[in-house]
Amino acid sequence: MELAVILALDVVSGAASLLLLCLGLAIIFGMMRIINLAHGEFVMLGAYATVISTNAGVNIWFAMLVISPVFVGLVGLVIERCLIQFLYGRLVDTMLATWGLSLLIIGIVTTIFGNTINGVPTPLGGFAIGAYRSSYYTLFLALMALVVMALIYVVMRYTRFGLIARATMQNPQMAAALGIAPARVYMATFAIGAGLTGLAGGLLAPISGIVPTMGSAYVAKAFISVVGGGAAILSGTASAAGLFGTINQLGAYFTTPVYGEVILFLSAILLIRLLPTGISGRFYKGSL
Amino acid sequence: MPSTLKNGLQLLALVAAIATVMILPKVMEMFDLMQLTLFASMGVLALSLGFIWGFGGILCFGQTAFFGLGAYAYAITAINTGDSTSAIGLAILVPALFSAALGYFVFYGRISDVYLGVITLTVTLILFNLVNSTAGDEYTIGTARLGGFNGIPSVPTFNMPFDPSTILDIDQAWYVTAGALILVYVLLRIILASPFGRVVVAVKENEVRASLLGYDPRLIKLCAFVIGGAVAGLGGALYVNWGAFVGPTIFSLSLSAEIIIWITVGGLGTLLGPVIGCFIIQYIVAQIGSQQAFNSNLVLGAILIAFVLLLPQGLVPTFSNLLTKAGRFVGDRSRRSAAEPTRLDASPVGAE
Repeated sequence: MELAVILALDVVSGAASLLLLCLGLAIIFGMMRIINLAHGEFVMLGAYATVISTNAGVNIWFAMLVISPVFVGLVGLVIERCLIQFLYGRLVDTMLATWGLSLLIIGIVTTIFGNTINGVPTPLGGFAIGAYRSSYYTLFLALMALVVMALIYVVMRYTRFGLIARATMQNPQMAAALGIAPARVYMATFAIGAGLTGLAGGLLAPISGIVPTMGSAYVAKAFISVVGGGAAILSGTASAAGLFGTINQLGAYFTTPVYGEVILFLSAILLIRLLPTGISGRFYKGSL
Repeated sequence: MPSTLKNGLQLLALVAAIATVMILPKVMEMFDLMQLTLFASMGVLALSLGFIWGFGGILCFGQTAFFGLGAYAYAITAINTGDSTSAIGLAILVPALFSAALGYFVFYGRISDVYLGVITLTVTLILFNLVNSTAGDEYTIGTARLGGFNGIPSVPTFNMPFDPSTILDIDQAWYVTAGALILVYVLLRIILASPFGRVVVAVKENEVRASLLGYDPRLIKLCAFVIGGAVAGLGGALYVNWGAFVGPTIFSLSLSAEIIIWITVGGLGTLLGPVIGCFIIQYIVAQIGSQQAFNSNLVLGAILIAFVLLLPQGLVPTFSNLLTKAGRFVGDRSRRSAAEPTRLDASPVGAE
């Protein structure tokens, strides 16, 4: 019984962190059709922002929840202006250019900070269930995943900005004809996606190894989840992240973490083979 | 350009390439020759992706998966048998079978190009993680220990076919590697000139039209993908032969990224471009590696971004376009005939 509770907590935290990782990508790739292979590096930048500001004496919660997303959002803004805006509609070129960008960011961070940096301790401490221990931080992660999802839903569904953003992504010409500047909407949306990714990086900083190349561990997982989720950015991504997170954690529990990832990827490839349009293409057609 | 002239020029270039390969060991330092051997083995890898991406339209971001599988297949077989002949065969066969299995899922699932890139990327990551975790003693195949992140050291290098006692020396290893590069190049050219090659390009240009003409794009793409996998595997065997070592970093993302950069720099849709791009970029990487001021990723990333934004065609097509323009200009002047017909008979398989 105690084991089952711990296992359930593991699954929840796995799904929650996967979901946090994916939401930014779901906006940039799912909505904007930009293949951002520098996604993992955005996560890395978020983690670095949290670690560096915490080590400089900033409160860790402020660093995670404010500094990381704002910093990475600004970086995303600059990148959109300098690089991405020339590549809209050229899917393969966005892939190549953002791969170059990812190498560039890794190179810059390595040059500045070297290959290692001191991590931050996990806040909040732990609790015991029978003979097993877990930490409150996993619960916090799950809570944050829900909060961010609710936030995106409310913004996209009920605010003027969300309406404009969705309209622009669907038909930029029509939106432009109605007096909206698509370039500015793209810019803002990309920055928001980057900021959410930075937030994920900040939140994952206390529980992951902080090195310049850490992004490559996340980018494939995030992409495979968003692809598996399909067109609906919220319901699709959430269901795919829930499914794959569960598979990953259970696989890791019954075998080893490495085989857990293998099982995750194999089941993802199988899922895409069976549902080429993703989960939301089949079950949540037309939802947000 | 008339096709006889073009063929003649190609033959001339081939002879020149073979002559260069023969002469180089006589005039080069040993270290430089070994560097060139390494570049040539990488050049085979570049050709494999240059073929499936440039002519098949299959953007495989994880071509290192086949390269690494070939390398590991070669290393394991060579250690077990002591003879490199069968090892080279397996180094081609194993990645070919693997790419057939992967390709079946991808192409018969009608997964679009973009997702294909993501999926192949994840496959490479899986292999990297898997091989990385095989450090224990229990992970042995025959007498070969996989060695996890330490890799497999002291792999037997190439010997004369079916004669393990005669090991090839450095000059001979260069002949084999550079010879393989030229051979693969010629073979791919022949494939591209064949009806099958034409269909591959047709599928790349317009999948629907090709299938309306009665071809099965899934099968055609799968075949091209398998050829690419086999060639990459051969490159892996050559690579192991160069260093007598193979480790899991062969599956790493940075190498996958470099192949993409070679082709983007050299020119997509040519066979010469990837090889030239490979030699240039590998030379730059080697130069950066010998200093500490900045990280090689930084330079590679900047190069890739610059080429995508400023010179998306790559070096070889840009140069050959310039040459064609210059040639046409000269031709016009000499013949004074402005009405040169557009080259309707020109092959769609890219500039040479």
